[in-house]
Amino acid sequence: MTAPQGLSDAPPADAAGLYRTVRLIRRFEERAIEMVRGGLIPGGIHPYIGQEAVAAGVCGALRPDDLITSTHRGHGHVLAKGADPVRMLAELAGRETGLNAGRGGSMHAADVGVGICGANAIVGAAAAIATGVAWSQRRAGHDRVAVTFFGDGAVNQGVLLEALNLAALWRVPVVFVCENNGFAATMRVEDTTAGSITGRAEAFGIPAQTVDGMDPQTVLTAASCAVGRARAGDGPSFLECVTYRFDAHHTWEHLARPRYRTDAEVAAGMARDPVDIQAARVAGAARERIDAEIEALLDEAQRFAAASPEPDPSRALDYLYSDGLRSRAGTA
Amino acid sequence: MPILSYLRALNRALGAEMERDPAVCVLGEDIGVAVSNVTTGLLKRFGPERVLDMPISEQAFTSFATGAAMSGSRPVVEFQIPALLYLVFEQIANQAHKLSLMTGGQVKVPVTYMLPRSGSRAGWAGQHSDHPYSLFAHVGIKTVVPATPADAYGLLVSAIRDDDPVILFAPAGAAERREDLDFATLRPVPIGVGRVHRPGTDVTVVAVGHLVHDALEVAGELAASSGISVEVFDPRTLYPFDWAGLAASLERTGRLVVIDDSNRTCGIGGEIIATAAEEMRLIVPPKRVTRPDGAVLPFARALDLAVQPGPGQLRAAIEAVIKTG
Repeated sequence: MTAPQGLSDAPPADAAGLYRTVRLIRRFEERAIEMVRGGLIPGGIHPYIGQEAVAAGVCGALRPDDLITSTHRGHGHVLAKGADPVRMLAELAGRETGLNAGRGGSMHAADVGVGICGANAIVGAAAAIATGVAWSQRRAGHDRVAVTFFGDGAVNQGVLLEALNLAALWRVPVVFVCENNGFAATMRVEDTTAGSITGRAEAFGIPAQTVDGMDPQTVLTAASCAVGRARAGDGPSFLECVTYRFDAHHTWEHLARPRYRTDAEVAAGMARDPVDIQAARVAGAARERIDAEIEALLDEAQRFAAASPEPDPSRALDYLYSDGLRSRAGTA
Repeated sequence: MPILSYLRALNRALGAEMERDPAVCVLGEDIGVAVSNVTTGLLKRFGPERVLDMPISEQAFTSFATGAAMSGSRPVVEFQIPALLYLVFEQIANQAHKLSLMTGGQVKVPVTYMLPRSGSRAGWAGQHSDHPYSLFAHVGIKTVVPATPADAYGLLVSAIRDDDPVILFAPAGAAERREDLDFATLRPVPIGVGRVHRPGTDVTVVAVGHLVHDALEVAGELAASSGISVEVFDPRTLYPFDWAGLAASLERTGRLVVIDDSNRTCGIGGEIIATAAEEMRLIVPPKRVTRPDGAVLPFARALDLAVQPGPGQLRAAIEAVIKTG
């Protein structure tokens, strides 16, 4: 991975910038769900709808050359960190023009050029990777910070707890961001998690804070503090962002309709909408201009994805090895 | 000439690569005091920023190494016990190995996993005596199993310089090997290239790791006692395998016996025989000598030895394929 360069795409973290980010994520996800239904995105997605404030606030606190790892529910992180939405949508559609040349898809989007080290489909697995990334950057003399996103379900994974220990032990410049949306897939956090989420970090001596994860500005303020601490050499921090997933765990729910939360509960969870909260801070005319820009961009993204070529099947295992080693074919 | 021991060869390769490239670092448990005799002197020479003693957190430090490798470092991870690989199979097979493809080539993971004293160490029982190299070859991790000190040196150097994850098994059965050689002749050994230790015309024995030495011993005995000419082929790398080297050997002999310290089902020996049967010259059915199916190494010495492939079984297998035709 080379140092990110030439970065000007990362959205600014003022009120309008935050609004643009949360609105972009929301509309991107709504269109992606349509494309899943239309068959243009294979395999479905884990929609980020409802959690936009976390990605926008945390990434708003980062420099363009800072680094993140993301999750199976990662579209918001990737867009907020500055990946091109057009190539991102092409990736979801499995096209050669996608961020990962169609080899990663929804759960593995990466754009190293803007500091996105990859989204990880194993819950909690990226925390130790991000710790290594941040350690190596510091060793090379950079003052870059790494952020690792994960959900409440990850706080019971051994490797994540081990990573907290390593990061604290060596004061690694990494920020652990837990998006507590109340559910690990269909399991309620109170049914899966003993003790408290922040208590896990505190046990390792890591400063931990629980914040309102529905307000982009609040998240930005808390994340700026954590990132500043990491950059100053004061080690890792842990943020628990309390949020709510408005849509399905995965789009298969739209068909399977598993019952793990009531309609009333969902309505209550959606009462505070991060897009509305941030919209109220931006003047109407500016907001309308941003909305229009986003729709035009996403129109273009959908056109581009549909028009882009599918990867060549004879090149299915391109990129498997860095030295171009070709593995034996499965048939003679 | 000076004598180079197997573990000293690994130590020398590590030191040389750390000297040559500041990106190289070593991490693992108890490596500061060099409990496994591979990292001796490195902490003093290179300091704690490059020789990192790890807490007993194999899953985290394996992925920590992945992150470091993605980000400019070239970590070498030592595991004291081969069974720890089961604990970190996710981190190696599902993370480090897959990141290059899944990111469309944006990410490289130049990490080396090093297993000093893999396989049976005599008396270490069920959870410290496995030899799971076939699992890693199956997954597609570049997998090397050097048999000699010079190859241990050369393959570790190549592993560290490789831009992909590479796993090096240093069998306990080879760890006491010593070689008389001029240190100035030590060279990187390319990954994926086998070595004929002894040429022969009647039968090719493919031997993995420490079993190369058993094969050489049996070959010598059979030449003296029965005039059977055994070619001993050491693949050195199990993935990617030197199929061309094996095919050339079978062109000469037409007969094949494999000795492999894996459990029988899905061990690398099965793959070698399958490929030879599909693509190469065989004049009689091949044979393999392996651990039994599903073997768990029992503690008592006699039982430990009973499930390991050994020279007696190899001799019988060679005689059987010669007798067949």
